[in-house]
Amino acid sequence: MNWTAIWSIYRFEMHRFFRTLFQSFLSPVLSTSLYFVVFGAAIGSRIDQVEGIDYGAFIVPGLIMLSVMTQSISNASFGIYFPKFIGTVYELLSAPVSFLEIVIGYVGAAATKALFIGVVILATASLFVDLTIQHPLAMLLFLVLTCLSFALMGFIIGIWAKNFEQLQLVPLLVVTPLVFLGGSFYSISMLPPIWQKITLFNPVVYLISGFRWSFFGSSDVPVAVSLMAITGFTALCLGIIWWIFKTGWRIRA
Amino acid sequence: MAAILSISDLRKSYEGGFEALKGVSLEIEEGEILALLGPNGAGKTTLISAICGIINATSGQVLVGGYCIEKDFRAARSLIGLVPQEINLEPFEKVINSVRFSRGLFGKTRNDALIEEILKKLSLWDKRDSQIKELSGGMKRRVLIAKALSHEPRVLFLDEPTAGVDVELRKDMWEVVQELKDNGVTIILTTHYIEEAEAIADRVGVITGGQILLVKDKDELMTQLGQKQLCVQLAGPIPEIPKALADHQLELSTEGDTLIYTYDTKGERTGITALLNDVAAAGLQLRDVSTRQSSLEDIFVGLVSGGQS
Repeated sequence: MNWTAIWSIYRFEMHRFFRTLFQSFLSPVLSTSLYFVVFGAAIGSRIDQVEGIDYGAFIVPGLIMLSVMTQSISNASFGIYFPKFIGTVYELLSAPVSFLEIVIGYVGAAATKALFIGVVILATASLFVDLTIQHPLAMLLFLVLTCLSFALMGFIIGIWAKNFEQLQLVPLLVVTPLVFLGGSFYSISMLPPIWQKITLFNPVVYLISGFRWSFFGSSDVPVAVSLMAITGFTALCLGIIWWIFKTGWRIRA
Repeated sequence: MAAILSISDLRKSYEGGFEALKGVSLEIEEGEILALLGPNGAGKTTLISAICGIINATSGQVLVGGYCIEKDFRAARSLIGLVPQEINLEPFEKVINSVRFSRGLFGKTRNDALIEEILKKLSLWDKRDSQIKELSGGMKRRVLIAKALSHEPRVLFLDEPTAGVDVELRKDMWEVVQELKDNGVTIILTTHYIEEAEAIADRVGVITGGQILLVKDKDELMTQLGQKQLCVQLAGPIPEIPKALADHQLELSTEGDTLIYTYDTKGERTGITALLNDVAAAGLQLRDVSTRQSSLEDIFVGLVSGGQS
């Protein structure tokens, strides 16, 4: 394993993040505050409690997941797409590094940035509502696994994309609807029975449910199922990346 | 000397059937400078890309320092430095960070003293903290060279290194290349500037249509294929070449005051003595005599047009 190379890629990517630290920090703080104003104060004041939890607190795990998933994808997809776009990918391809090392460097950096933003949102949320995290270790595990798996997915999108439009397509048309419909702002039990069944086909439901469980101890679906879902998703992404690695698809002509 | 780069029957075909490399075989010795000449689309960049791992060859084998570029890609690639033809650089990054990144990517531990030396040699030290987008075109090209040198390659590929670079800078680069050669680095450069090959190469390879037409020692190539011209300047202009000189197949300059005789340096008899005797016999008065060797460019144009026909 060429650890020096992995570290170089990771540092180079993190450097890009630190160059725009202010925006990186300000944007999640601002959007979270807006969500709290709209959903927590304006709408939330008309909703008493969801499953015995204040609505303001109830939406925190969903809000964190929403940002973490979209950030992981956009960071990782941009991270690998940009070198392809400006041509600096030649250096990655001609260096004595394996594809696995490239993936670890880029995905690791993208996941770290998303994790950082997740923590910032959590800190911002705690200014608005009283939060107690019942299972902090499980919370951290879910958070890290989500960052990693969605960064892997973002990496695949970045390899697949041939232009900036395609880069935005999957996050916009697939991920955002799935996250919004995945119970970020409501409990599945609030839906009509038929939609409760349909929504179980949405993989994001399991992630948000598991993550919410680590905060409040209650969930829409069993925690073990959530854990299996995220592990399965990570394995699927790793499988696709392994295939890309074997074939050189859209990387090496 | 042992071959540091050994290419055998390298082929590259694209979907749709286009064959960019048609069985290229080439041996490059350690410490030499090989210039690859060829027209646009000849396969120069494809060849370099296949050796460096940017594209996958369809078939054939490449050994760098004895390591196969596929099976032992780490060992092979760590010997190679590549300066690409296009200026591919991260515009927002600082020069020094970009160069440090390249070194790290090749698995080498940080060495600030070396990076400083390289940047100074390439006159980039003052610009080390500038963002790459602020640099001029020539400076960006030098950043690409600095990046390739940062990981101390034994084989350096320079793909059109001086395209769009002014004459002074080009000469500076030749000095850098010469210095690298003195340190034992093997250099393969592709170029459109034949004077560049003429100035710095030890051997010249001519590639066209995905095939190597020839690889020869530069001086040998020029002597073997070179034609010389003898220019006989007359005391005054003449309307036409005298009939007595018809056998020599001379040309008359447009001004009518110079007879041009083209001869092959390979030939046992150049025919110069006979020509000069006949010129004197024809009663022509001479002002001056000079000879001119054909340049590598003439040879190149001759070869490529011959290869295509």
